[in-house]
Amino acid sequence: MSVAELKQTPATASLGDYIALLKPRVMSLVIFTALVGMVVAPGMHDPVLLVASLIAIGVGAGASGALNMWYDADIDRLMSRTVSRPIPAGRIVREEAAALGLVLSLFSVLALGLASNYLAAGLLAFTIFFYAVVYTIWLKRSTAQNIVIGGAAGALPPVIGWAAVTGHVPLAAWSLFLIIFLWTPPHFWALALCRSADYERARVPMMPNVRGERSTRRQIFVYSLLVVLSSALPLALSLGGIGYALVAACGGAVFIVFAWRLLTAAPAQLRERAMRLFTASILYLFLLFAALLIERLAGVPPLA
Amino acid sequence: MTAEEPEPKPLTDAQVARRRRGNLVIALALFAFVALVFVITIVRLGGHVFDHP
Repeated sequence: MSVAELKQTPATASLGDYIALLKPRVMSLVIFTALVGMVVAPGMHDPVLLVASLIAIGVGAGASGALNMWYDADIDRLMSRTVSRPIPAGRIVREEAAALGLVLSLFSVLALGLASNYLAAGLLAFTIFFYAVVYTIWLKRSTAQNIVIGGAAGALPPVIGWAAVTGHVPLAAWSLFLIIFLWTPPHFWALALCRSADYERARVPMMPNVRGERSTRRQIFVYSLLVVLSSALPLALSLGGIGYALVAACGGAVFIVFAWRLLTAAPAQLRERAMRLFTASILYLFLLFAALLIERLAGVPPLA
Repeated sequence: MTAEEPEPKPLTDAQVARRRRGNLVIALALFAFVALVFVITIVRLGGHVFDHP
């Protein structure tokens, strides 16, 4: 892109492009899990401050997305899944995405500190730093464990939500973190199995490209067992009631079946079963957290 | 010693309009942030904030 074209580019970006920079689907997942953390945490909180905290957490997630797109613009250009993003498509310059990400990071952390407490704001600041620096800049391009370790960023929102309401983060809050942390590898590796050519082209060391698809399928199955086991923790820690227990049991069984079918798939079935597990993983996590949320709002007592 | 930069092309009317809209969105976002801080402050100050001595 020539300098003249770069100077023209910011004027050609639409509002939708700037929203796309923030990764709205990731934002919505972050807001949802943070909301669950807020609602299941003990104690009451002013609804206005709760909403303000949720907005701040969501904007913080968007800031992380913008910073990720800023740094990954070079590899996004090489992958079919990401080539139409605003920066590789030439609609937004990288520096603008970086500026947006930094400003929104600052505003979101400040707003969360004002609306709740400094623990929640500190956790949000750490999450943004972890995703943008530790995962995006360091881990993603250097190790096949990138999304395992980097998944901590996506697992922190319920902890942040809990901290925003109570001012501390007990074991129960970390049980929600653990579920998402263990869910992240099977979720992303299932997708990576279908996109290995893209990742190869971009030289991103995803597990299928580094250790092969057989090893990846075994690891997916192991993590699937672990995440289903971890889904029992909210029951033991007095977070979940009978409804959550049923969802965790049935959803977990279905999730393991999908993971098993992927593990035992013939080559011709691999792609289809990987995408089915990927889709199932989204529904599974949503149902687990929705069950916790609905139970708490409906006043269903915890089992333990 | 700097290389000569090519002259930027003049913006079309549509691009100017889009940039104005973008500037308006930035202004609204800043206003929304200020409003958010205001609301948070009022709520945290509590119910007697509007009382006058």
